[in-house]
Amino acid sequence: MPSAASAVSAPVGSSGGALARLRHINWGRKAVIGIPFAFLVLFFSLPFLVVLKISVSEADGVQFKDLVDFADGTLTLRLKLANYQFLATDPLYLKTYVSSVAYAAGNALICLFIGYPFAYFMTRARPTLRPILVMLVSLPFWTSYLLRIYAWKGLLDDNGVINNVLLWAHVIDAPLKMMYTAFSMMIGMVYTYLPFMILPLYGTLVKADPRLLEAAGDLGTTPWKAFWLITVPLSKAGIIAGTMLVFIPSVGEYVIPELLGGPQTLMIARVLWNEYFQNVDWPMASAVAVIMVVLILLPLVLLNRYQNVEGRAQGDAKRPGGAAA
Amino acid sequence: MAGAAAGVAPAPPPVTAGGGDAQFLRVERLTKRFGEVAAVDDVSISIRKGEIFALLGSSGCGKSTLLRMLAGFETPTSGGIFLEGREISGLRPFERPINMMFQSYALFPHLTVWENVAFGLKRHRQPPDRVAAQVERMLGLVQLKPFAQRKPHQLSGGQQQRVALARSLALEPRLLLLDEPLGALDRKLRAQTQFELNSIIKNVGVTCVLVTHDQEEAMTMADRIAIMSAGSFVQVGAPREIYETPGNRFVADFIGTVNLFDGALVEDEPDHCVIETPVGRFYVGHGITGVKGQRLSVALRPEKIELSTTAPADTGSNCFKGRVVECAYFGATSLYRVLLADGTRLQVSVPNTERHGEVITVGSDVYATCTPDSLVVLVS
Repeated sequence: MPSAASAVSAPVGSSGGALARLRHINWGRKAVIGIPFAFLVLFFSLPFLVVLKISVSEADGVQFKDLVDFADGTLTLRLKLANYQFLATDPLYLKTYVSSVAYAAGNALICLFIGYPFAYFMTRARPTLRPILVMLVSLPFWTSYLLRIYAWKGLLDDNGVINNVLLWAHVIDAPLKMMYTAFSMMIGMVYTYLPFMILPLYGTLVKADPRLLEAAGDLGTTPWKAFWLITVPLSKAGIIAGTMLVFIPSVGEYVIPELLGGPQTLMIARVLWNEYFQNVDWPMASAVAVIMVVLILLPLVLLNRYQNVEGRAQGDAKRPGGAAA
Repeated sequence: MAGAAAGVAPAPPPVTAGGGDAQFLRVERLTKRFGEVAAVDDVSISIRKGEIFALLGSSGCGKSTLLRMLAGFETPTSGGIFLEGREISGLRPFERPINMMFQSYALFPHLTVWENVAFGLKRHRQPPDRVAAQVERMLGLVQLKPFAQRKPHQLSGGQQQRVALARSLALEPRLLLLDEPLGALDRKLRAQTQFELNSIIKNVGVTCVLVTHDQEEAMTMADRIAIMSAGSFVQVGAPREIYETPGNRFVADFIGTVNLFDGALVEDEPDHCVIETPVGRFYVGHGITGVKGQRLSVALRPEKIELSTTAPADTGSNCFKGRVVECAYFGATSLYRVLLADGTRLQVSVPNTERHGEVITVGSDVYATCTPDSLVVLVS
């Protein structure tokens, strides 16, 4: 009898366990991951797929022909790749892509060179002063970015503030041509994106252990050498994050090139705008957009891979180091 | 660890002019002020070549500031530091032939064990084969050769500590500084590491100044200990000296546990003295230079007291009747608190030498006795 009872109770127990396990799937946790995931699928992936579809569709008046056609027992998939072919062969598009990436990279580089010392000295400030400095860096976000770009127009214009002051001081005889040039556009880009560089850099630099620099000094390193050998490598994550945060949106930047850039500053977002709203060539515009997304996704994928590696390393670090700290 | 270390014979450093072995490191009237507060207040000390010297004190006593001045991270307000007769207090950290093992190690997290140890060697522009040979030697010394390509976070606390030691020894410094060398290790690991660290340092033969707040660490590792309080040395001496003949109440109380009795001098002879306290009369086996009636204290370590349930032959002095009010069993020893007639609680530590002997329990009436030699008179 006891053996029978145990034989019966065993499967009941195990099925109860399975049920309990099912109940124990953390739905809250799933939702936390699921909501942003669903958001991305709904508002990024689906529209992107729509754009992708348009880019390979044939226009039929104002309508687009279906990609998939089933007639006479034959399933046909028609992909029009002429737009991509055109993009790959027309030097203007190629030039625009290259120059977009070049401007974006230049912007990221200039931001890094200005932002790094900036963030570094923020971490060197008194701890009570640091939150104020962080607030000051993010202060520009409090006013509309469009307004701030217009403000630069007033500064850089031929009869803007800077030219007037220089003329008044007899530094120059004729106004400098600053507006609607690559110069004015880069000023606007650097100005706009600098906080995105400074904040992640500050985030990693502020965590740096000052004793590591002392240890480097103790082992015979000058402070300048120690900065390059210790501080810079340890802020790699911040450098990458900041560079990506500046580079990625800069590639597709539309407003700044439109307002501050000139006819010779080729940026892909302006071409995109023209295809949609002047040429009304939606498939072509879609193809331009798809290539742009791919162009931006590539560095993102690389960043993600790097962060995964770093994250795993830091996860390891927490275990033995926890007690020591 | 000792076995591996024994194979390494570092070349004996040449004796340079000036200084001399007894004054290998000389600190002269060193003072460091932070605003109005003197963190280190007019400290002078000479440290022998090859000596392990410990600075022991509670936090804020100035021991770390003193160490940081030796390393060059703090500039002295006044006074001088002489290494082998050469004034070094004006040199910057990277110019001093001194290396430091930092508290919780400060290993470079982005570099491997090998690169950490090689860091200083590369900075000194040594040829690559020389760097490699020295790193190998150091990793062998601390038995970490198989871990050379690991990053610091992939090592245990004890291994990290050994990397830190190897890194600080790689440049063959004239003076090694250790900042709380065992502070980041858990208790069990400390005991083991203490001996390993000690044997490596002794094998290398480097002169060593260590800072600690842990008296056990100082006692086991150091040849001499300086007890620091409020920026000054209270007493400097060998561990046994400091424990057995503390110079004053502060040291007696700081190192180990002690029973202190305030009393007056009633008899003072060259070979003994007698002190009358509220607890009873102490017959002390050493003379002091004092005047009769002088107020002073008697210090008695808990392990130097014997407990007995029967009265000894002579109850005139060094014998105190009381009742056990507390008893803590630690395995190797038992700690008793004995309430004496005047209300003083006497701490007594008794080794448990027998497995099933007579057991003194709470509530027992006992006689606590001690020998004249076990007592120390403290005048301050």
